[in-house]
Amino acid sequence: MNAVVHAKAASRHLLSGNEAVARAAWEAGVRVAAAYPGTPATEILENIALYPDIYSEWSVNEKVAVEVAIGASLAGSRALAAMKHVGMNVASDAFMTQSLAGVVGGLVLVVADDVGLSSSQNEQDSRYWGRFGHMPILEPADSQEAYEMTKMAFDLSEQYETPVIVRMTTRVCHVKAMVEFTGERVEHPAAGFQKNPQRWVMTPANAKPRLALMHERDRQLRALSETSELNTAYVGSDRRIGFVTSGPAFMHVREAFPNAPVLKLGFSHPPPLEKIRAFAATVDTLVVVEETEALLETEIRAAGIAVQGKELLPRCGELAPSVLRPAIKALLGELHEAPKPLQAGVFPRPPTMCASCPHLGPYFALSHIRNLNIVGDIGCYTLGAGHPWNALDTCTCMGASLSMAHGMDKGRGASDEQKHIVAVIGDSTFLHMGMQGLLNMIYNRGNVTVLLLDNRSVGMTGGQENPGTGQNLHGLPAPRVDFVKLAEGLGVRPERIRTVDPYELPTIVKLVREEIKMEEPSVIITTRPCSLTDRFERFRPYAVVEDLCTGCGNCIDLGCPAISVARRERVATKSGKSRELVFARIDPNACTGCHMCAGTCAPAAIVQQSQDSVVRIQPHA
Amino acid sequence: MRDGIINILVVGIGGQGVMTAAEMLARTALNQGYDVKKTEVAGMAQRGGVVSSHVRFGPRIYSPQIDAGEADLLIGFEAAEALRWLPWLRPTGVAMVNTLRIAPPVVSVGLYDYPADPIGQLAASGVEVHAFDAGAIAEQLGNPKLVNSIMLGAISDHLPFPADVLKTAIIEGFRAYKPKLAEVNAQAFDAGRQAGHTDR
Repeated sequence: MNAVVHAKAASRHLLSGNEAVARAAWEAGVRVAAAYPGTPATEILENIALYPDIYSEWSVNEKVAVEVAIGASLAGSRALAAMKHVGMNVASDAFMTQSLAGVVGGLVLVVADDVGLSSSQNEQDSRYWGRFGHMPILEPADSQEAYEMTKMAFDLSEQYETPVIVRMTTRVCHVKAMVEFTGERVEHPAAGFQKNPQRWVMTPANAKPRLALMHERDRQLRALSETSELNTAYVGSDRRIGFVTSGPAFMHVREAFPNAPVLKLGFSHPPPLEKIRAFAATVDTLVVVEETEALLETEIRAAGIAVQGKELLPRCGELAPSVLRPAIKALLGELHEAPKPLQAGVFPRPPTMCASCPHLGPYFALSHIRNLNIVGDIGCYTLGAGHPWNALDTCTCMGASLSMAHGMDKGRGASDEQKHIVAVIGDSTFLHMGMQGLLNMIYNRGNVTVLLLDNRSVGMTGGQENPGTGQNLHGLPAPRVDFVKLAEGLGVRPERIRTVDPYELPTIVKLVREEIKMEEPSVIITTRPCSLTDRFERFRPYAVVEDLCTGCGNCIDLGCPAISVARRERVATKSGKSRELVFARIDPNACTGCHMCAGTCAPAAIVQQSQDSVVRIQPHA
Repeated sequence: MRDGIINILVVGIGGQGVMTAAEMLARTALNQGYDVKKTEVAGMAQRGGVVSSHVRFGPRIYSPQIDAGEADLLIGFEAAEALRWLPWLRPTGVAMVNTLRIAPPVVSVGLYDYPADPIGQLAASGVEVHAFDAGAIAEQLGNPKLVNSIMLGAISDHLPFPADVLKTAIIEGFRAYKPKLAEVNAQAFDAGRQAGHTDR
């Protein structure tokens, strides 16, 4: 058991922002918490799951998670939903209306923006949702604040009967810093759902009167923001520039300009415009430092306060001290003397699929079949777009592969006439938002070959559970969806649903070739678990028998990181041209014995090592 | 060290234990009464990508990130990764490097070259470099997972608190969770400490 779970008030701990939110949720008396995994928010629910007083679950997507939290709130429980920034888009249908109806038990949405795109398909500023959905926003700058503000968010939510957004960024979620606990769990028992159709049934007649109430709530929150202790001015001796800032950007400003006055906005929406006006009067120039969009800046300028921001600073990415220093020096007309960094030029090391990854087989197949448009999705298999497979042509959002493939089929252009349309999606993404695309494709008589790569985990975020794995968030047995029956239920003809072991390379290549020729939708389901999870079984490693290797290089095309080039040799062909032979070797420390590469080897030069011939070797460069 | 703040950059490849080593340094510094921040970008790191973990401690730490040219110590779990992060080191900084070489697929298929002499390049830049084969020491002690304790031992004489403070913290951690491994990790720490005094 995690020591933090039992830690007393007044103890100090090194915690990530995500761990701090989990502790705060426990102390705040949260009774229900839900999320779908997504970097950098995943660890919030993983840590909440350690507290036995809280019911917690992996929901199938963010909209479902928020709706679960809303239901719990209406029953009177304090409830939390956590998600990454793109999850807010999925969940928005639910909270945009619930913000109008309001809440009973404190309802907090913790959203983690991936500023700098360490692991996302876009960069979004979730603070827009507070404006759009009329919800207050608290913005912690580090773990201690994530802890304190999450607790305050529940009080605020109940006092004003509104969902509250706690806006985190990667640099709060994943930074570990000291947190001092100020309390322990305080129970907030649920009174139970009180029927009140005028309040909870959002028909036009019932929703209309709520609009005025919501705007009145905005007014009250704006007044509260003016007096909130979360909006604090830090005095500074150098008054040439005063900074207005929120979130981790505050830390970067303090680091880069320790003598400058700073107005830190922890309660950043609605913004305390009068407090900002008073602060502006004490400095020569007001500069807003916010990640990432010019939201505060625009609102401050609209209030008639002279301010600068995005004309000096980037509109995307982190506003680290190295970004701030030159921009602000330029504004002051000073020369910025950056320390000249030492130089080093090193090859790139992009993320890659793992040894014996069950996605390698399908991508080997796709990279060897011509005339395909391959519509991809969100997950480890997005890496199929890269070297050596180059076998994924689009990636947009969760579940988009099936519906976009259907659209690509229906909207074929002249160059697509001979093309087959393939959609690639993983188990968890399919259950998140992909099923609807399959149903739509069947209903509208589309023709797409779907590769459903079932590795029984949410792989990219670290192997979390989902309804297809047979276990829940707590690792306890859970009903496991049957993908074959599900596809059949959605209308795929049973003959067109094929399950295949992705390690059986000749079989999977043959199967994909067969199904793309069909004039109706097919679903090919792979059956091996993620090689980083406990479900994966390791076997004795394989090795290349040097005398038998012909240098064809087929096994290299698999893209398994355990296989590397031992040597190259240029030989003359019969036609007089020259050809490069590539001889392979297998790192026995990395090889897990999946035997996939043996399926690429015509001369059968790749063989499993016998019990006593297993040797450990040092990895080579 | 500047303004009483020490900046340590721990670098390597996903799965090597970079974050565990950084965590150990951060916890020990916290227990020594410092303000501490530790950060890394870990999103896709376990897929064999580059991992860098920043550890900063001192009287008061604001930004968690170490800027280019601001690291006092660079701990490299792999030779080319140490070279990649060289620009983050101060000219007066110290690089502690495991000579292990791991070539990614883009190198093994010939798209890029692995640097011929990364340790030599590090040294040529003028920083203080200590390099040794931590994997070989771990093999001698019978467990490849000891590299972490070896690297921490190697850096332990460059910290603002005594080496034994870090050693005790590591051993206590193992005593609590994996008591059988406490003694061998103590040996690994000592072996690393000795190796860390080698000149290149």
